[in-house]
Amino acid sequence: MANQEIIFAGFGGQGILSMGKFLAYAGLEENLNVSWFPSYGPEMRGGTSNCSVILSDEPVGSPLVVDATTVVVMNRPSLDKFESHVVKGGLLIIDSDLVNREPERTDIEIIKIPAQKIAEEVGSKKIANMVLLGALVEKTKIVKMESLLKALKEHGKEQFYELNKKALERGAEFAR
Amino acid sequence: MYEAAHGRAPAVATGIKRAVPDSVVFTYQGDGDLAAIGTAEIVHAAARGERITTIFVNNAIYGMTGGQMAPTTLPGQVTETSPYGRDVKTAGYPIRVSEMISTLDGAVYVERVSVDSVPNIIKAKKAIKKAFEIQLQGLGFSLVEVLSICPTNWGLSPNESVKWLRDNMIPYYPLGVKKDATTGEVK
Amino acid sequence: MADKVLMKGNEAIGEAAIHAGCQCFFGYPITPQTEVAAYMSRRMPKVGRVFLQAESEVAAINMVYGAAGAGVRVMTSSSSPGISLKAEGISYIAGAELPCVIINIVRGGPGLGGIQPAQSDYFQATKGGGHGDYRLVVFAPASVQEMVDLVQDAFDVADKYRNPVMVMGDGMLGQMMEPVEFKERPKKELPEKTWAANGLKGREKHNVINSLFLKPEELEAHNNKLQEKYREIEKNEVRYELYNCDEEMDLVIVSYGTLSRICKNAIKMLKKEGINVGLIRPITLWPYPVEAFDKVIDKTKNGFISVEMSCGQMLEDVQLAVNGRKPVHFYGRSGGMVPTPAEIANKIKGIVGGAK
Repeated sequence: MANQEIIFAGFGGQGILSMGKFLAYAGLEENLNVSWFPSYGPEMRGGTSNCSVILSDEPVGSPLVVDATTVVVMNRPSLDKFESHVVKGGLLIIDSDLVNREPERTDIEIIKIPAQKIAEEVGSKKIANMVLLGALVEKTKIVKMESLLKALKEHGKEQFYELNKKALERGAEFAR
Repeated sequence: MYEAAHGRAPAVATGIKRAVPDSVVFTYQGDGDLAAIGTAEIVHAAARGERITTIFVNNAIYGMTGGQMAPTTLPGQVTETSPYGRDVKTAGYPIRVSEMISTLDGAVYVERVSVDSVPNIIKAKKAIKKAFEIQLQGLGFSLVEVLSICPTNWGLSPNESVKWLRDNMIPYYPLGVKKDATTGEVK
Repeated sequence: MADKVLMKGNEAIGEAAIHAGCQCFFGYPITPQTEVAAYMSRRMPKVGRVFLQAESEVAAINMVYGAAGAGVRVMTSSSSPGISLKAEGISYIAGAELPCVIINIVRGGPGLGGIQPAQSDYFQATKGGGHGDYRLVVFAPASVQEMVDLVQDAFDVADKYRNPVMVMGDGMLGQMMEPVEFKERPKKELPEKTWAANGLKGREKHNVINSLFLKPEELEAHNNKLQEKYREIEKNEVRYELYNCDEEMDLVIVSYGTLSRICKNAIKMLKKEGINVGLIRPITLWPYPVEAFDKVIDKTKNGFISVEMSCGQMLEDVQLAVNGRKPVHFYGRSGGMVPTPAEIANKIKGIVGGAK
């Protein structure tokens, strides 16, 4: 049974909401039930940003993820806030270039990715989110990489497609 | 400090001033609330000559809700609810609040200032001081309109925003004293 | 699923209205529904229709009054404090029997309150809000797809009964994205708008749109006519979902909107612990689905629990529907706090006393 309840979290401007959106589009591509729910309000102006994304065989219940199968964090406050939300045996993906502390949980799988460094090698720090998303898809297999690429092609900016693709692949490679 | 409903600050301020006439009362309002939903309240507070001061910050856009068209949005300006640029044929023209208020006999002092440069900030400070002095003397209603920037919702850097204000807002909203009944000056 | 698209609730509202033939949209920015106006500002000019940002919610609802009276499909959208401002106009529209659609993407109150999801406008929507003996039909969708379907239905129901219809969601529904499909809809047989004040059109006399009846006899007759209409709506338009209500149940949750989905999660959690809980999900908040209670009342051991993101507003309708036949419990959060499935499950365990 496919079921992933994911929280993406970081600063506004890191592409937190868009990585969630691309994954939701990919899920739709694979006929999964999907939902995407952003934090809204004062956060949008430079503060923390997060979104809940659910991909499932079954109809989506609450769109707000509390017990996450996977959490992706791109800053320290997000790790502090969401580390406890990962279910036992779940997955925590950390941008280790931006989070300066070790996670405390021992009952979950943790992947630390130097996403900023990898993204910079690919071409731009701005696509660090895609590195992390690549790792998530590789690890959870919630959607096929082709579906994600298709989502990126249809809903992303064309001029960034190749860069994004490379970033996704590097992220997937790292998680392999 | 009171938090008033969107646009209603001049009415709330009127209530305070009438209840406690010795208090110094001012409203701090944006273009969204003062010049849209609160038009009636500001016009009537001024017409009654309420002994209050209004600081009116005009940055030609709604900030709190994330960048929609305001009554003071300039013709052609792109906002979230004027995605093709403000079309005056359907969305009408920007309102020059200071000029409008200065036509009312109850308004004693009305000035438009800008905070785009140090000299202008000093002028703004003087205008605000004068507006409060008029209230303290019990002469009537005073309003200072402050042209301001909104880098976030204009999608510009702070420096670019200051330039945009100078190049676009000041020509449409000329600076200066619009009315000073203490000297008999009306422009 | 090929023609499904991912859409944000607020944008789906706009697109659904366009599909339903909404000719005019009058809005005003307020979080968390501003995307409705933003979407309409982009789309309405493209399809040759009217988008206008009013100077206030008060003006917007009166623009709706004008357009509805002229016989076109019209919608406005706001969030809680803005709906309070519209209350006067809504009463006039109901009094003058004009069809229109009003969207309320509810945020926490009272006063300026907050901007996070809430259901605290239940009383306002179902028990009045404005003055006088009037009723709004109130739809409460639980998903973006249902939002799309109900917004379109709302225009039909409004036209059929010459009555304003409110579609009420919370901030969560407005902000979330889900797949939606704009299905082909059978064309409804609807009465012609011969009452519209849109020029003589060959008639002998001008149509007049008003809600003023100075003679008490006339106003009472008008009210009686409205009441007859409301009875008719109660007979025909009740909508609800029963979930997991087929067998004997320990308890039945009553919950609407996105919160009902969280309740479904709680029901699944409880099932694993051997506790069987059903759900009545009102889709129309007015007319209230009293018949749903009659269907399940003999199957619930411990009665009902109203689960709300408000402080016991729908609870009163649950009590009226149950009418003392079984116990009625309550669980609510407010202010923008969204309950988790676990806390709802815990509350229920407290009532039914652990696993059976």
